[in-house]
Amino acid sequence: MSGMQVQEKKTVTLGSLWRDKKSRGVIMQIIAVIGILLFLGNIVSNTVENLDRLGVKVGFDFLTEPANYDINQTLIEYDSSDSHFRAGLVGLLNTLLVAACGIVVATILGFTAGVLRLSHNFVLNRLMQVYVEITRNVPVLLQILLWHGIIIHSLPVPKKAEAIMDVVFATNRGVFLPQPIPQEGFGWVWIALLVAIVFAVLFKRYANKVQVETGKLIPAIWIGAAAIVGLPLIVFMLLGAPVEMSYPALKGFNFKGGFVIKPEFMALWFALSLYTGAFIAEIVRAGIQSVSHGQTEAAHALGIRPNFTMRLVVIPQAMRVIIPPLISQYLNLTKNSSLAIAIGYMDLVATIGGISLNQTGRALESMGIVLGIYLFISLFISALMNLYNKRVALVSR
Amino acid sequence: MKKLLPIAVSLAALTAMNVSASTLEDVQSRGVLKCGVSTGLAGFAAPNDSGQWEGLDVDLCRAVAAAVLGDSEKVEYVPLTSKVRFEVLKSGEIDVLSRVTTWTFTRDASLGLNFAGVNYYDGQGFMVPAALGVTSAKGLDGASICIQTGTTTELNAAEYFKLNGMTYEPVPVETSAEGRQNYIAGRCDVYTTDASALAAQRSVFEDPTAHVVLPEIISKEPLGPVVRHGDDQWLDIVKWSHNAMLNAEELNINSKNLDERAANAKDPAAQGLLGSNEAKLGAMLGLDKKWAYNIIKQVGNYSESFERNVGKSTALKLERGLNALWTNGGIQYAPPLK
Repeated sequence: MSGMQVQEKKTVTLGSLWRDKKSRGVIMQIIAVIGILLFLGNIVSNTVENLDRLGVKVGFDFLTEPANYDINQTLIEYDSSDSHFRAGLVGLLNTLLVAACGIVVATILGFTAGVLRLSHNFVLNRLMQVYVEITRNVPVLLQILLWHGIIIHSLPVPKKAEAIMDVVFATNRGVFLPQPIPQEGFGWVWIALLVAIVFAVLFKRYANKVQVETGKLIPAIWIGAAAIVGLPLIVFMLLGAPVEMSYPALKGFNFKGGFVIKPEFMALWFALSLYTGAFIAEIVRAGIQSVSHGQTEAAHALGIRPNFTMRLVVIPQAMRVIIPPLISQYLNLTKNSSLAIAIGYMDLVATIGGISLNQTGRALESMGIVLGIYLFISLFISALMNLYNKRVALVSR
Repeated sequence: MKKLLPIAVSLAALTAMNVSASTLEDVQSRGVLKCGVSTGLAGFAAPNDSGQWEGLDVDLCRAVAAAVLGDSEKVEYVPLTSKVRFEVLKSGEIDVLSRVTTWTFTRDASLGLNFAGVNYYDGQGFMVPAALGVTSAKGLDGASICIQTGTTTELNAAEYFKLNGMTYEPVPVETSAEGRQNYIAGRCDVYTTDASALAAQRSVFEDPTAHVVLPEIISKEPLGPVVRHGDDQWLDIVKWSHNAMLNAEELNINSKNLDERAANAKDPAAQGLLGSNEAKLGAMLGLDKKWAYNIIKQVGNYSESFERNVGKSTALKLERGLNALWTNGGIQYAPPLK
């Protein structure tokens, strides 16, 4: 600022610009932008200079070097001789898996609890209140640790595990389930499923058209659902059930075969779903309550059945209130999944931002990658939900 | 605006300039040594019942403080996780890192750091419950293994199992407390880390005898203090603080007999180390004549430090083994004080 005043005396043009309110505002903004840029430039040049002085090279070439460590949950093939890049990819997929599973369960849980909290049934109502208030008010990290502790301490070790229905084993090293392994010809079942989905969508459109033109109701949703389940099933049977089951069996230290859900994944999934579900429940409750009771009464007065009143009158209006905060909750859940590190779930932070970082010492680069990916995931979810929001938002006519 | 920019730029350039005095001057003007240690590893660096830090790694910090400041108590301990340790050292928040850090090629060559010696020769081992009946690491095919992340440990395990054609389920754990919990609950069959740390972990179990450490040592883990690149004087000081303790043991000088030895004119080696004759070893490092005297007086020689923190009389019950002096069949070998 002192610099500015000196200039003011020297040049008449600058002085008059400064006295003018509008141009002063512009000048101040330019100064602010330059200040911020200089500050950022300073940090970057300082870092580069310091690293240079220590003889540390900045670069991403380490990503192609072999990672040399193993990961216990891999959705794609991975071996310790694969690159750091692939290890990071395995971690990213694990993050996306737990985020996606968490979002689905949290949404179901949240909508159920939100609606039940408005129920006139005293017990249900209070039960949901207890759920919401307890899970919402305990830090999610503690809940993750609690679930992990419960799972590893309460479930038996593999050697003492007893079978549930002969084929399922719940142990503190995971729940082992039989896994169907598709054999030759199974591709037809996928094709049948695809055909059924296309049919269901087209049929729903046709039903809507019929309803608009004639007022006749066709139960398109049920027929569509029947097609989606039925058609692949029929094809599957006709092909003579082309799958082989892989059953878990105790061999040495652990179960082999089948499909395993690791305790770390379960703990993270439960904790995140329950925690975020509680927030969603409150959002849903607020959304429904924001629709004035007059709307329901008006719908009833027009002779619309309660079921349709909810589906066609209340929920569409409630959704406008629900969607924006719901986006935030989805983003929160995704970002909270990075707490996985506390229980050793190998997510993005634990792989590229953890072990790779440590082995290569490339802290700046690794953290940069992790930050960038989280930013991208969040913006992507946000964009998707905003798209949906636009569809349900109030259209001004 | 045109006149403003150069002012701002030169200001920014000024703040970006790095005014870095030598680490020695920094520490002396600050009057306290900042030393990065473990977040709590019995025998190496852990606070005792009265809150004082103790351990083999802590003794190294104390030795450097005694040499540089004349007082082994003038240390500020900065507990660090394995993940942040190198960044904290590089950024200058600490003066020396003494945190069971394995000296490896990659770390030495690519991280802008220098290793100043080895204060404990370690190797990675496996611990299993005795009830499991396993007697060799070769019998661990298919086991679940708790591994502390962010260390050389997971690389060694991956390599060992691959070489021997065995499979395993890695169970990554972040802290030793978490590792213990997983191991005790049976989430993993095996706990693997440096053999000294296994001994430390076992010492805090309810029944230490119910767990055995398998005979295989699958890696070399030379643990030592680390400093930043680019300050050779400071590297020398840390290196020779450790070597002074080793040389003292070799010369049979300890915290009890050093005054007697320093006064003995027929003992030039001891007098040189302790700064009581004309030898100017301290000055060559930029330190006081009494630098090594202070180390031995206040911290003791290597043997005293070893026995006090991890030796036979402690809960860890570690043998000297590789860490015996070269004269006693070990590989601890300090260059001569000449």
